[in-house]
Amino acid sequence: MTLNPTQMMSSSNSVEPEVLLEASDLKKHFPVTSGLLFSKVTGYIKAVDGVSFRIRVGETLGLVGESGCGKSTTAKMLLMLEDPTEGSIHFQGEDLYQAGAAKRREYRSSVQAVFQDPWSSLNPRMRVKDLIAEPMVINWQLSRGEVSDRVEKLLGDVGLNSYHANLYPHEFSGGQRQRLAIARALSLNPKLIVLDEPVSALDVSIRAQIMNLLKDLQQEYNVSYLLIAHHLATVRYMCDWVAVMYLGQIVEFARVKDLFNNPSHPYTKALMSAALPSHPDIEQDETILTGEVPSPLNPPQGCRFHPRCPVVMDRCSQEIPELKEITADHLVSCHLY
Amino acid sequence: MTSNTQTNNDVVLEVDDLRTYFQTRWGTVKAVDGVSFSLRRGEVLGIVGESGSGKSVTMLSLMRLVPTPPGHIVGGKIILDGEDLLQMSEREMSKLRGSKIGLIIQDPMTSLNPVFTIGNQVSEAIKIHQDIPKKRVLERTLDVLRKVNIPAAESRVRDYPHQMSGGMRQRVVGAISISCEPTVLIADEPTTSLDVTIQAQYLRLLKDLQRDSNMALIFITHDFGIVAKMCDQVAVMYAGKIVEHGSVRDIFNQPSHPYTEALLASVPKLEEDVDRLYSIEGQPPTLHDLPQGCPFAPRCQYTMDRCREEYPPEVIASAGHSASCWRLV
Repeated sequence: MTLNPTQMMSSSNSVEPEVLLEASDLKKHFPVTSGLLFSKVTGYIKAVDGVSFRIRVGETLGLVGESGCGKSTTAKMLLMLEDPTEGSIHFQGEDLYQAGAAKRREYRSSVQAVFQDPWSSLNPRMRVKDLIAEPMVINWQLSRGEVSDRVEKLLGDVGLNSYHANLYPHEFSGGQRQRLAIARALSLNPKLIVLDEPVSALDVSIRAQIMNLLKDLQQEYNVSYLLIAHHLATVRYMCDWVAVMYLGQIVEFARVKDLFNNPSHPYTKALMSAALPSHPDIEQDETILTGEVPSPLNPPQGCRFHPRCPVVMDRCSQEIPELKEITADHLVSCHLY
Repeated sequence: MTSNTQTNNDVVLEVDDLRTYFQTRWGTVKAVDGVSFSLRRGEVLGIVGESGSGKSVTMLSLMRLVPTPPGHIVGGKIILDGEDLLQMSEREMSKLRGSKIGLIIQDPMTSLNPVFTIGNQVSEAIKIHQDIPKKRVLERTLDVLRKVNIPAAESRVRDYPHQMSGGMRQRVVGAISISCEPTVLIADEPTTSLDVTIQAQYLRLLKDLQRDSNMALIFITHDFGIVAKMCDQVAVMYAGKIVEHGSVRDIFNQPSHPYTEALLASVPKLEEDVDRLYSIEGQPPTLHDLPQGCPFAPRCQYTMDRCREEYPPEVIASAGHSASCWRLV
């Protein structure tokens, strides 16, 4: 099941930007307990079960999957909000869990997050200037003047004005609040920003503004993104690489253009055919999946997708498929290949 | 995607100049301001708009469920099967709700009662609206649950909502709304809280049910993908008014209103690479403080002087396709 990172390394040539972050065989198992006083562990929810990927400088990796597939838990581990049960994260070549406290502190400030709901992710009692300045005040020794200069610059970068600095979050619309959240995330010059469904809570006419802004800022700051999204068209527009997750594992990993032109895993194909068309005349081959995602407490034997798979074979219920490279930089875990 | 053979006398629902206003401390909010459309048997209409465009208040007005006060339906007609809903007494109206006009709302977590079994909740609608012997109620309940593809319906009727997944719960809500075979079914963003593959299952189910019983379906959504997949007719709403109305192909192939055009251009596409999305500047307007003239004028790329002075008339672009824009006059 493990993706062999060196295998991917060999196929990438020197033109590629350097690797910023590399996760290998990440696992997160949550214990399930029963009993109140003398509770004992009755099982484990394998929220993330052996996930490996890499994020390159200035590129966007999209994590796609349905609820419960482990994409948010993966993001939390990158943000160091959850400790992985197993596996390692290398950041700029250094193993985070072997590194000292100072290095980990530095890592935390170079990885930031923008969440889905800008109504709950901004403290309603803080003025915009304090919201944006807070990370700098904590992490950097700056004079007050330097901080307010930088706040002004950040507000300008995300398309707001300097007079907005004295307002409170409730005085902004959803799209503007998401801009504030982005400004705050950018304040420490991060290397990586985790974007957790950054546009799905916004109005349709605002989504394009925010997506374009994120793309522009990526160019300007040369920052990498980890984008969590369920909307495939958004992923196609925003990402360079895509990892499709199902029940805690990556089933397909490819460049965005390879994934959309040549979806190879049956689950990826099903996701594509379930996605809504952009024009009424587009005929989709409807492979609508039956049933629902099984519980991660007791995932199916063999390939985890086999109970819902339209092209299931005998060996699928017995053997766990390996993540294999079917063409350059295109990895699929399925017995078909 | 083709609608069934229709003639004009197949019209089941006609909405004419509907106006629903809210009195607030900032003044009168014209949430729905002169909305007209008609719906034929077996037809699927999509009402598209952003938050605050008035699409949900339109739906509430059709059900006569506008919270009063502060809201009032101040004018217009809603004619369902020849009867004007706005002239009915509350008692007549509650007989109609759930029997002739059904509703599926967005959130399956809150639209079911957590302390009753799903069998109980489905049969409630049947008991109220259908005059059938008690013994047959369970039978009918199971029928309906099977119709919405609930597996093992016999044992599932005794389940409580929390024992079911989100997709399953939404199907139960669907079962309740179709149990009395309504003439018109309104679905208000029925799939926004569902996962993509579950959404596809549910949309397929709704389409099949709609075809089988030839009911008229109104889809309220902000997602053009759902419109492309499900609808025959589309009405685009902005700031309380329908700004463009036409068949789904008219809307996608020749969008006439700048708002429709901009919205379509601002959505990323699954099937092709888009270099840069068109982005509509500004925010949707606040309804208590609408600009004079066309409310889209401040965000429109074709604004003329006239747009800021007077609201544009409805212009027929082609048969069955109309839009309100000065550019077309």
